[in-house]
Formats: sequence, C-alpha cells, structure tokens
Amino acid sequence: MKTGTIKQILLITDGCSNQGNDPIAMAALANEQGITVNVIGVMEKDIIDDRGLKEIEEIALSGGGVSQVVYAQALAQTVQMVTKKAMTQTLQGVVNKELQQILGKSSSVEDLPPEKRGEVMEVVDELGETVELEVLVLVDTSASMKHKLPTVKEALIDLSLSLNARSGENRYSVFVFPGKKKDVEKLLDWTPRLESLTSIFSRLTTGGITPTGPALKEAIQYFKQKRSLRSLIRRDDDEFYEESI
Amino acid sequence: MTMMNSMKSPFKINRGTIIKGKWHRKDYTIIKELGFGANGTVFLADSALGKVALKLSDNGMSIISEVNVLKSFAKVQGYSLGPSLIDVDDWVTTSGTVSFYVMEYINGPDLLTYIENKDSSWVNVLMIQLLKDLQVLHDNNWVFGDLKPENLIINGPPTRIRCIDVGGTTIIGRAIKEFTEFYDRGYWGLGSRKAEPSYDLFAVAMIMINIFYPKRFNKLEGGLKQLQMMIQKKRELLPYEQVLTKALTGRYGSANEMRGELIKLSSGQEARTNTRTSNSGKTKAPSIKNRGASPKRAQAQQKKMAKKKKRTGYLESILLIVVISLLYIVYIYGQLT
Repeated sequence: MKTGTIKQILLITDGCSNQGNDPIAMAALANEQGITVNVIGVMEKDIIDDRGLKEIEEIALSGGGVSQVVYAQALAQTVQMVTKKAMTQTLQGVVNKELQQILGKSSSVEDLPPEKRGEVMEVVDELGETVELEVLVLVDTSASMKHKLPTVKEALIDLSLSLNARSGENRYSVFVFPGKKKDVEKLLDWTPRLESLTSIFSRLTTGGITPTGPALKEAIQYFKQKRSLRSLIRRDDDEFYEESI
Repeated sequence: MTMMNSMKSPFKINRGTIIKGKWHRKDYTIIKELGFGANGTVFLADSALGKVALKLSDNGMSIISEVNVLKSFAKVQGYSLGPSLIDVDDWVTTSGTVSFYVMEYINGPDLLTYIENKDSSWVNVLMIQLLKDLQVLHDNNWVFGDLKPENLIINGPPTRIRCIDVGGTTIIGRAIKEFTEFYDRGYWGLGSRKAEPSYDLFAVAMIMINIFYPKRFNKLEGGLKQLQMMIQKKRELLPYEQVLTKALTGRYGSANEMRGELIKLSSGQEARTNTRTSNSGKTKAPSIKNRGASPKRAQAQQKKMAKKKKRTGYLESILLIVVISLLYIVYIYGQLT
C-alpha cells in the first residue's frame, strides 16, 4: 500500500474571518490538493459567536479535517488529539481506497465482518506510527488572541512532544496572520523541531484584522513551493510504504 | 468531522432498548449508561450471559483498535487487569450503522472513591496489585498508557484492582495512543510520550499522589521540583518519597522493581508500628519520621538483592551461551562426518 506524506494545515483561531477570500473555499481547495485542514477554536471566558462557530465547522468540513472548539486550558490536549485523529482519518481513507480496488467499488471497511476489520485497523495503526507527517500551523494573531498566545505556544510544543514519539518523521512550519506587512507572515520554516518556536513566539505582535482565507491560500502555496524545491534536491526520496493486508 | 459535542454523550438510549448484532445476531438489553469518553459511550446491558458492559461508538475504527487490544489480552496467561472481550458487532439503526463491542462488566467503586472510606494501608496493597499486572502487560510488549484513578475499578471480594478503559494501550516503542495530562510524564516535562514500561510507572506514581490530593493540582513550573514539593507537603506521602521520585524520574527498569520496593516499604512500615505499640509510644509524629528512615534501609537491602540477582543472571546467560555453542559444534561435527 502506498501512502506518501500526510499534509495537514492546523488553523488556530478565535473567531470569524473578516478580510479577503472565503476561507471555506480555500479549505476546499486545500483538500483537493491532498492537504487536510483542521480547525481549533479557542475560547476564553467569552464564547465564540454562532457565525464564528459555523465558520470553524465549515472550514474543517470542506477541508476534510477535524474541528473542535475548546477553552484555552484544554488547548494542548485538543491540539494533539485533533491532529492525530485527522491523521488516522486520512490513513483510513487511503486504506479504504485500497480495499475498494481489491473488493470492488461499493465496499468499505465497515462492510467487512468485525473480525476482518481488526486486521485492517492494525495496518492503519502501523501506518500512523511510521508515516511522514507535515503540519503547517496557522495562528490567528488578531487583537483578541493576544493573551491566548502563550497557551497556543505551549500547546504547539506539547503537539511536537506527542508527534515526535512516533517513529515516522515530522516536519512543522508556523505562520501567523495578520502579519506585520502582509496578510500572512512566516514565523518558522519547515523544521523537525517545533521547540525552536519558543523564542520567536514571545516577540509576536497582534493586529486587528482576521484574514483567514488569504492565510489558508498562502499556506497551500507554501506546501507546493516546498514540494518543488525538495523534488529538485531529492527526486525519488518520497517514501512509499509497502503493506499487505 | 466535528467533535463539538465531546462534552455530552452522543448516544441517548432508553432503558429496555434491545441492541441486536448484525453479524452474530445476539441480543443486548440496555439497562443504563455507565459513562462516556473520547471514543464512545459504555452501557450496562443484559444478555444471555448475564450483565455485560457494551461500548458504542460513532467512530467504528477506534472501537476496532480497542478490540484488537482486548483480543491480544485474552492470549496473555494470568493477566486480568483489563475486562475480557465477549462480542464485537454492528447495530443497524434507522439513522445508520453503529459499531459496538461487549465486554465483561466490572462492578465496583473507582479507586479514589474506594480509598476514601478505607485505611490508607490499602494504597500500598492496591498499587502492589496494579504493578504485578503491569509487569505481565509489559512482558507481553504492551504499555497501558492512560492509567488514571477513574479507569481503575476496585472489584471484589476478594479485593482486586481492575482497569476498564484500554483506549490508551499501546505496543511498546510506539507513540502513546491516549493519555490524561495529569498522569502523563510529557505534560510534566519528565519524559517522552513513547510507550515504555517507565511511562506506566510514572502514571502509577501520579495516581499515588492523586490519592492524597483528590482534587489534583495545577501545573505551575512543572518538572520534578513541583511534584517533589507536593509530595513533601503531605505527611502521608512522605514514606513513599523515594519510591515516587524514582518512578517520576524513570529510574525503575520494570514494574517488578517498583513493586518490590513497595512491598519492602509496607513490611518496614508494619515493623515500625509493632515496635511503637510495644514501646507504648502513642504519638504519631515520630512514627512518621521513623517511617521515613525505614525505607532507606529497605532500599539498601533491595539493592543488595538486586546486585546478587544480576550476578547470577550473568552467570546463567554465560552458561547458556556455552551450552548452546557446544551443542552447535557437536551438530556441525555430526553434519561434517
């Protein structure tokens, strides 16, 4: 079975976008290109309004990912759970496709008797442990997020702790929106070490607008750029996993 | 997929509802909800085999993952920490198919509730029991992962500690599947989230601390310093200080090692109490001081024993290698001639 690298965008926000492209459309665009979009809404005492809630759900839905709204204290636990859950979902999709090729169009894992499903799940578990993972973190730094940023930083470091316990490789990059001059600003280039974020994060300034759509668009571009650059350096190094079920 | 309603159980099933399996055609009559977690809701149900626990989930695959764990537990001799698996099936409803599995119903209070009304010497007994089961689990290449008092049920008589949620159980060497922050060494900055026996032993230490801090406490600076301070602040925890520190810093090689030290500690404790009554000393404070001293002696003894064991262990393996190579040489010789 072949699974390339799993690509995810993790959007951390606390409300509705108010500038530029429709983020739901951008999430759909990402999904079309094999990038999953997960969204986490961070609340404090304030509660995210219905419009914000709806947007969060819809971005994840069209981005093929997972969404959850949490209080800031539960952020760390949620970020790692959402990321892992989305990863398993993607892998299940891959395994399902593979099964359909063997068993015919209409069948899926759920159509197998429970005894057989266990074996399929073992393959998914195994893949989840070994697959390469790229997570692009998009952090909303609009004014209302200001006092939540230290918690966001901790949650991201906790995320790397969870993912780095896998034997598969991980790469992270971090973007914030709005940036100083542009809609989006790169904070951390692709790296296996998310901990290097610590020093940069404390110097962040927050701004007024929330250009979620443009930020997602930029994130997709960034995945592509990296891809073309990498393929120049190591063309056939994309890992494929041979697995038999 | 959204997880908006994670704080509410997604399944509301009335008492008396009959769940019929699509594949194995067995009937289960729902009695009541027992609890819910990230991966589904557990119900108490009546079946041909009597009372059982039935777990329903809208995420069929996560259930299968747990079933895999329970199945491999069934193959382990003498292991009874987790519930035994009874059935796995699908329930076809008007709104879709829901996967479920059925397991043994483990009845009893959870660890904290049980300890609340009991003599504190039970702490030691239950932890010693727990560590014995963990050793068997580790020997079979599994780490429990999500150990916490809510998942530990005291069943009996005879009193026996059992675990009801295997969602975190992970093959050694992989990333821990599920954890709870307070019992997770990664959260306290004291280690990785790789499934290793020492991961479970850290959680056992945190459970012991939790028993004396039933409301838990928040992470401030984290790290060993805060945890040690919390241990030192509770008189009842002081006798365990050394054992806990060792477990928190991952210095136990196995659950058996920690178990041995806890056993030593409890026998030391008893001896102390005896001398105290014979000396007609009724003050409590000195007894605690003495308790603090006795584990050191016990530990020294333990160390000596461990050393001896190690030495004989080396001898054994050398002997084994020699015997095997001799046999091999004889075999090769036989082949040549």
